[in-house]
Amino acid sequence: MCVVEVKGARKLMAACATPVSDGMEVLTESDRVINARREILRLLIANHDLRCLTCERNGDCRLQDYCYRYKVEDTPYKGEVIEYPIDTNNPFFIRDYSKCIRCGKCVTVCAEINGAYVYDFMHRGFETKVTSAYDDTLQETTCTFCGMCVNVCPVAALVEKSTLWAGRPWEIKKVTTTCPYCGVGCQLKLKVKDNRIIGVAADRSGPNLGDLCSKGQFGWDYVHSPDRLTDPLVKRNGKFIKVSWDEALNYVAARFKDILNEWGGRAFAGLSSAKCTNEENYLFQKFMRSILQTNNIDHCARL
Amino acid sequence: MTNSINEILETDVILVIGSNTTEAHPVTGYRIRQAVQNGKKLIVADPRKIELVKYADLWLRHRPGTDIALLNGLAHVILRDDLWDKQFVAERSEGFEEFKKTVAKYTPERVAEITGVEAGLIEQAARMYGKAEKATIIYAMGITQHASGTHNVMAVANLAILTGNVGRPGTGVDPLRGQNNVQGACDMGCLPNYYPSYQPVDDPHVQSNFERFWQAKLPQEVGLTVTEMTDAARQGKIKCMYIMGENPVLSDPDGNRVVEALQALEFLVVQDIFLTETAQLAEVVLPAVTFAEKNGTFTNTERRIQLVRKAIDTTSSAKPDWQIIIELAQKMGHFWQYPGGPEQIMEEIARCAPLYGGISHHRLEKGGIHWPCPTPGHPGTAYLHADGFARGKGKFHSVEHVPPAEEPDEEYPLLLITGRMLYHFHTGTMSRRSHLEELRSEELAMMHPQDAEAYGIKDKDRIVVESRRGKVTTRVQVTDFVPPGSIFMTFHFKETPTNVLTIASTDPICKIPELKVCAVKIRVPFPGQARRHPESFSCH
Repeated sequence: MCVVEVKGARKLMAACATPVSDGMEVLTESDRVINARREILRLLIANHDLRCLTCERNGDCRLQDYCYRYKVEDTPYKGEVIEYPIDTNNPFFIRDYSKCIRCGKCVTVCAEINGAYVYDFMHRGFETKVTSAYDDTLQETTCTFCGMCVNVCPVAALVEKSTLWAGRPWEIKKVTTTCPYCGVGCQLKLKVKDNRIIGVAADRSGPNLGDLCSKGQFGWDYVHSPDRLTDPLVKRNGKFIKVSWDEALNYVAARFKDILNEWGGRAFAGLSSAKCTNEENYLFQKFMRSILQTNNIDHCARL
Repeated sequence: MTNSINEILETDVILVIGSNTTEAHPVTGYRIRQAVQNGKKLIVADPRKIELVKYADLWLRHRPGTDIALLNGLAHVILRDDLWDKQFVAERSEGFEEFKKTVAKYTPERVAEITGVEAGLIEQAARMYGKAEKATIIYAMGITQHASGTHNVMAVANLAILTGNVGRPGTGVDPLRGQNNVQGACDMGCLPNYYPSYQPVDDPHVQSNFERFWQAKLPQEVGLTVTEMTDAARQGKIKCMYIMGENPVLSDPDGNRVVEALQALEFLVVQDIFLTETAQLAEVVLPAVTFAEKNGTFTNTERRIQLVRKAIDTTSSAKPDWQIIIELAQKMGHFWQYPGGPEQIMEEIARCAPLYGGISHHRLEKGGIHWPCPTPGHPGTAYLHADGFARGKGKFHSVEHVPPAEEPDEEYPLLLITGRMLYHFHTGTMSRRSHLEELRSEELAMMHPQDAEAYGIKDKDRIVVESRRGKVTTRVQVTDFVPPGSIFMTFHFKETPTNVLTIASTDPICKIPELKVCAVKIRVPFPGQARRHPESFSCH
């Protein structure tokens, strides 16, 4: 799609592979260019699963965008169509090569950013397929499940399983936030539908420049875990009982006061959290120091 | 980090020591690999054959616990071959003469003896690092989690000062911090010796400032670190602990002692999102919410403060930690009011923490800012020490090699190294409740093929690993990822609580526990009839 017309050149040039030179005059939307792009799109959709009605990328698909822009409604090249089975073997995303446009973005991001070199082009010509070595499941390859291939896929060839049938692209709210795992501080977009996280999209504003790893991309579902604590608990006779916030906090405050009166601040110690926000850590040490009268405060900085 | 993550792409030589970057900090690992792909040089110093070794120009496989000897050896060669930055050393450092005397003893031959790295390799590495126009040193817990952790860090810093690799883009001393907000928790004063912004608690002037600011009387004496708290609780000196979002039962060394300590308390309150192994020991558990359900900020390893934005509403009665603390303060009879929530709390932080003086949520909407950021108009600081060190001159610390507190012997002949792997995180409370669990659901202790053969152990066999402090059972992954004579285990799996094995010996200065080295022995409970495990992945 990046063909451009260079004045004086006989053929159209691929912009991504042609260095600019002094005095070069480049036309990006000339009739010749537009006609070429239309032809490319007609060839692309000739062997593309066009069930857009229920496609997860409907409305957020570069192939749709360009077909719309260049008014390509159909293809004259009705011929053989290769239907690939959908690979659902890995826990995180499906690989539907009936929707692959062989752009090679996944090949590039995997090789040049991750360094795993999982994908490449297999076969030639019409039969070209982007896949792993020997067409293996990703678990059998060097894949680290960073999910960057899913995030760069312009169509629905690679789709997070968690977003399947979970909502149309325009219904999904994307909230930019900071990854809760390691200290790199990757920025990412949580995809939210009906007050539930359904996936993660790349965000280029942070130190990660849009790149992610398996934890940031696929490690979020603990948020909706049924194991989450829902109510304050107080242990009575060795068993936890659910109590109200008022009851729990009154009890904690009373015990804290008793211990403070009896033993003073030295009897307290607090562990703050490298998982919590700055604001929470600030309040925690302020609480320990100014109310519980102790500097016995630490967290897992050394662990 | 003195410098920022993406400056890795601008440097000429990268020395990675004690960091399995591609697994513990994957996106930083990508940058190192990209730098190599762009023609930069990479030296990896690690006992384990980590993924970065594949891309490295030189691999120094030194024995665990011999980092100082190795780093001093590099400095020795740099001095001997006249590759040091004389102007930088003269203008911006002190303590050079003594340092020179110390490293003079670390000849490549002697270092080779201590570390097990060939003398020739040490010389090559020193020349590669010493000749670089811009070089950076990246390290993580492999440097710090030793009884000599502080001295290890000093040895790293010495090398950077000696070669003038500080205060310019693409240079620096770059520790990678393990948790999303461990930098921030330190910045906020969740340390026994510092108020926010590293203002010492035992400085009377600072103390009286905070007493005025918080309208409260404050304790004078420096507090206890986490490992000291365990001891104090066991001795009955500490009666009560308030633990927010930490799981020391699995994360702290000598786990059995941690459990004893927590059980000895009169009162334990734990605030968390799950009923962790630590929360189970509490008398009161307060339910908190996850990062996706609250607003606030995290500060990353390169000191960049970034927004955390609320994406969903909490569906239970759980509350954000900041709200719980405020309500608890009110119940204690204190007039804490933050109607503006985290945004207002950050305003208060900006007023008492000079490093954060110019930070506000409003500003962060446009993107993260690196501290120091003293005023609202300040753009932030991507790399430190451009015009000088905080203390004036960079100090050479003469540090000597000291062997680890516990080394393998006849009774406990193997060396245990602990750490992380790619698919899980810390004590697994979060990652093991996600689909990542499908990639790896159990510990696989790494053993070298030579050792495995000597013990008659095959891949996936079940073994008992025992130290002087406890024992755990685990399956084995036979791999040359680890050097002969050692085992590597993570602390991600509660079924194999590795930290009951580790030793609570600590660095005398900063009290970091020596989680990277202790002595263990192994037993094969069912020789020759170990159950096979269907499928599991090798480490990448």
